[in-house]
Amino acid sequence: MDDVLLLDAIERYLSGTMSMDEYDQFNQLRKRTPEIDQMVVEHNMFLHQMELYAGCRNLKHNLYEVHEKLLNRGDLNEGGAISPKGRIIQFWNKYRRVTAIAASVGGVIALFISGLAVYFSSTVTDPKLEQLGKDLEVVKKNQQYQGNIINEVKTKIPLNARLLSGGSGFLIDAKGYIITNAHVLKGTGAVVVNSKGEEFNASIIHVDLVKDLAILKIKDDDFTPLKNIPYLIQKSNSDLGEEIFTLGYPRNDIVYGMGYLSAKTGFNGDSLSYQIQISANPGNSGGPVFNKAGDIIGILSTRQAQADGISFAVKSRNIYTILEDLYQSDTSIQAIKFPVKSILKGMDRKAQIRKVESCVYYVKAYGQ
Amino acid sequence: MKKNISVLFWVTFTVYHVLKEQTLKGDLNEYALLKGLANNDSKAIETIYKENFTMVQNFVLNNNGSYDEARDIFQEAMIALYEKAQLSSFTLSCQMKTYVFSICKRLWFKRLQQLGRFSNHLDGFEETVAVEEDFEAHEKRNAEFAIMDRALNSLGEPCKSLLEGYYIKKMDMHALAVEFGYTNADNAKNQKYKCLMRLKKMFFSQYNIGE
Repeated sequence: MDDVLLLDAIERYLSGTMSMDEYDQFNQLRKRTPEIDQMVVEHNMFLHQMELYAGCRNLKHNLYEVHEKLLNRGDLNEGGAISPKGRIIQFWNKYRRVTAIAASVGGVIALFISGLAVYFSSTVTDPKLEQLGKDLEVVKKNQQYQGNIINEVKTKIPLNARLLSGGSGFLIDAKGYIITNAHVLKGTGAVVVNSKGEEFNASIIHVDLVKDLAILKIKDDDFTPLKNIPYLIQKSNSDLGEEIFTLGYPRNDIVYGMGYLSAKTGFNGDSLSYQIQISANPGNSGGPVFNKAGDIIGILSTRQAQADGISFAVKSRNIYTILEDLYQSDTSIQAIKFPVKSILKGMDRKAQIRKVESCVYYVKAYGQ
Repeated sequence: MKKNISVLFWVTFTVYHVLKEQTLKGDLNEYALLKGLANNDSKAIETIYKENFTMVQNFVLNNNGSYDEARDIFQEAMIALYEKAQLSSFTLSCQMKTYVFSICKRLWFKRLQQLGRFSNHLDGFEETVAVEEDFEAHEKRNAEFAIMDRALNSLGEPCKSLLEGYYIKKMDMHALAVEFGYTNADNAKNQKYKCLMRLKKMFFSQYNIGE
């Protein structure tokens, strides 16, 4: 019982709830009895730890609650669809001030409702679209690093230039025209490397940031134009479930991957691209996506970060649309002749790869 | 001409002043938010959460992480920030966003290493500041938290709830006696004493001072 009282006293002493007299007496006691002094110090330390523990636990609890609240309100997104309720609340939070002003100024209910409708329609898709932008941003960054670790002994990159990004690309014309993703080309110039490791200088002819496509032209004396390109570039859309394969350079060697076409639209319903199920890595960007017959149906461009294997490819018909637009303005583009004949149909996969391998390039972009 | 110059000067000066005031206001805002966080204020937490979470989420998702992991990492960074904000000597030498991101990056780096999912380069689109010291302090606090947590959880009931009621929920002995069904506060106090001795023994057996 004495111990219980002593502990009680120590706790009151430490929390400062003792009366002045009692406090003085206890101080005297502490001075006289080293054991008690020690107990006070020890208990103080323990209480301090307990205090920190309690604070941290309360904070964790609070964080949990805030997270749930924001998630329900649609301020945060964890991949699941934002509930209609969440959307409305989010919308309301965002625009309540605007609405209030509109209502007080106009005072007309009809105006208020139409304003509401206009704002509503313009905000629904915003968060997801933003996300796409970031995804792209990061793919770019990944490739920057990809570029940084490349350490080739023999290189055609100018001495004072720095590798900025890298990716894959493929020929659309045997004379050396290469298509790749716009986000692969961060710098001012580029070199391309074929599957045998030979490097060529290339210049950037055209970049279309909206479609995320770019055209390069190999300008190097060492380059001997191919006789022909073995594949066709498909103009029409492909079907769901179509078996696909890709070649690219997530590392210094060419890498093969296969999968299937899983949706006719890309991220967030983007009709310029397909969703494909394939494992892709930074460096695969710009690589060709072939169908079973060996026709190019798309250009591998991005992947969904949080989901394994979900990637997106820009539809191949965009290559045609870009070039058609350019034909009018740029005469050099008119030199590009698309391949007209495929020799890959009916071949087994290994033979197909042997044929197309030499048309897939590793693209490295550099800048100052 | 002279008039023009003086007007120009006035404009520049005003702009300079407005800008200066704005940054000052921004700092004050962050300071207030951190004070709120230190006091475990939900409103402040919510604001910090809204301003920083998506950035961290994107970072983790884009570096091999899941939604759940993003949430864990962010919340742990918030705890680290909370611990920092509680120090009396506390200052934040950079923007909160930068600080939170730096801590998260460090945390995620470590998590990846532990999971063997280590990749050579973590990639982010934000600048970072050196947080090594704070990170170590946080690790130490984390270890202490874990010791207390383990000790409390191995106590068993009713000891655990009784001590939590007294030391965490700060209930008084009478209320606790009523809630746990003791006939009077003294009996509850006796029980609490026994429980506390067990807890302290367990805690101090693992807690090393000065480490």
